[in-house]
Amino acid sequence: MKALLICALLVNFAKLCNCTSTHDQVLSIPVTTKEQAAIARNISSQNETVLWSPAAPEHIRAGTEVHLFLIVTKCICFRVLLDNTEELIEMQTRNDSSDPRSSASYYERYHSLEEIYFWINEMAQDHPDMVKVLLIGSSFEKNPLYVLKLSGRQERAEKRAMWIDCGIHAREWISPAFCLWFVQYSLNFYNQNSDITEMLDSMDIYVLPVMNPDGYQYTWTTNRMWRKNRSVSQDINCIGTDLNRNFDANWCTVGASPRPCDEIYCGLFPESEPEAAAVANFLRSHKDVVKLYFSIHSYGQMLLFPYACSNEQVPNHAELVELVQEAAMKIKRHYKNNYKYGASAETIYLAPGGSDDWAYNLGILYSFTFELEDRGRYGFLLPPSLISKACNEALLAVKSVAISIPTLQVLNKP
Amino acid sequence: METGELNPNYYPARRAAAVVQHYLNTRYGSPYRWMFLGNVHNASSEDVTEGRKYQLELTIQEMISNVSGPCSAELLFPGAGTPQVQASCDWLLPNNTRAQEEAFYQQHRDSHNLVSGDRIPDSYGHMEPTMKPFWHLGGVASSFIMLEQSNQSTLYNMAQVANFTQLETEKDQLRFQYHVLLHEMVSQEIIHWKMLITWSPAEGVKVLQTDLQPKCNCEDPPDSIN
Repeated sequence: MKALLICALLVNFAKLCNCTSTHDQVLSIPVTTKEQAAIARNISSQNETVLWSPAAPEHIRAGTEVHLFLIVTKCICFRVLLDNTEELIEMQTRNDSSDPRSSASYYERYHSLEEIYFWINEMAQDHPDMVKVLLIGSSFEKNPLYVLKLSGRQERAEKRAMWIDCGIHAREWISPAFCLWFVQYSLNFYNQNSDITEMLDSMDIYVLPVMNPDGYQYTWTTNRMWRKNRSVSQDINCIGTDLNRNFDANWCTVGASPRPCDEIYCGLFPESEPEAAAVANFLRSHKDVVKLYFSIHSYGQMLLFPYACSNEQVPNHAELVELVQEAAMKIKRHYKNNYKYGASAETIYLAPGGSDDWAYNLGILYSFTFELEDRGRYGFLLPPSLISKACNEALLAVKSVAISIPTLQVLNKP
Repeated sequence: METGELNPNYYPARRAAAVVQHYLNTRYGSPYRWMFLGNVHNASSEDVTEGRKYQLELTIQEMISNVSGPCSAELLFPGAGTPQVQASCDWLLPNNTRAQEEAFYQQHRDSHNLVSGDRIPDSYGHMEPTMKPFWHLGGVASSFIMLEQSNQSTLYNMAQVANFTQLETEKDQLRFQYHVLLHEMVSQEIIHWKMLITWSPAEGVKVLQTDLQPKCNCEDPPDSIN
């Protein structure tokens, strides 16, 4: 009786709305879980439905297939508003989410240490033919130091290598952002852009996205302006060593500090810091193949090469000037932006214990430190809207230098 | 130290030029006018009895209007104390009171709605659009301190406005308490300063009091992050 009344009411409604089809339907519902069984029992107990199978609602269990006749479709008109809400939600959240496979906007945001570790894993999983993840050591607080090894798909004897490290100074957030940008670019434009293809086919590219994970994390959780690592030494009041003063290159002379509380504290002894030691050990064991070294920093917009540890000029000074000059010119042409260039000691300041100087003395004669955007307006606090420009400029400089070094020229001679 | 012509791209010339930038901000800066160093074109220096003198030809960029122009400057780094600067930038007109400055002044002049803010920019480089003029003002006011503190072994820049609070308007001057973070490039230190400043379109920026904050080697308060 009640059902008939409901039906009558709904039929009136149906006359008022624009329906294209209102057919009775029999639904087949495969019930697999207890929860689903409970819901199916509930629905099949309503008067507007007729249970065809099983015989009674009590018989609906997990593993049953339920056949349900819906009378209600006769009286209610409907149209599908959102066909696949799940897919829609997924699409919307994907843009804002931490999915590195999603839009370019992932790379135009800053990411926490945890997100970067997640990203490293994704890159390796998505590109097993081109990416290998190497664990080269761990930080003072036992965060892993992961290096991505990027390789082209060409088999080549005597393959050389190139190294890029980012995030040696915690507050320079644009630096790890650049390493992520570089990797993404390499993987997406291999076999599309001739420069990166040439690079990847002739060299393995080692990328260390965060050399100072403890410090980086600290800038996210506690102090945005932190620079050093987070190691504790003698003075328990002052934490951290400047990793870029901790390498064995004229260690702790003018331009570094022996005081633990200072921002340019050189550490207890050269490579006293596990982060510096890990990098040094890796490069030492690969010194016959690594021909090109980049360390990415901010800010200042400068393309620098050794020495920072002394005013002495390196033997291939003129060659290095030419390389960075060319890169600076390209940046000027393409992005209308000014980068200064030269040997560190005269361009910026004396700074002993730097990774690039040490790498140079190891035998990596093409060794560079790039200071990315900007020139001081935002400084360390570069907004995400400027990530793209900063990274593209640095990318142009890296490619420009890499394709011009003699090693590559020799290997690629027809 | 090199005497005579300097390479305009190397640090001695650039540090001297940064001092000129700070000087120009103290003279011409406002919530809508904030100067940065562009390029140095020519530089020379020599020892004099009072200290070290520099002659510079440089380009200065005004950040808000995005206008650049040439300046020539002479600066003296005395043995100790504040550098002395003389600079002429014909295109920077001192009495050019602009509509924006006037509107901003009128908007904040009545003390019944005092403004304040913190972490400008925040950790991600963001700031509310309404905070921008206060960011510029903090930068300009910081130049007073940075000018005073500069020598041949320093290169200063304002890293962040930690916080600011507007105080009651007095004698037609907007008044603010600022806490700023300065970044000194050579030592890489972040130096905290508090300042009491005033501004009006007519009088420009004035810094009444400055207060160096001691370096805290403890955990910075959670306020310093976002």
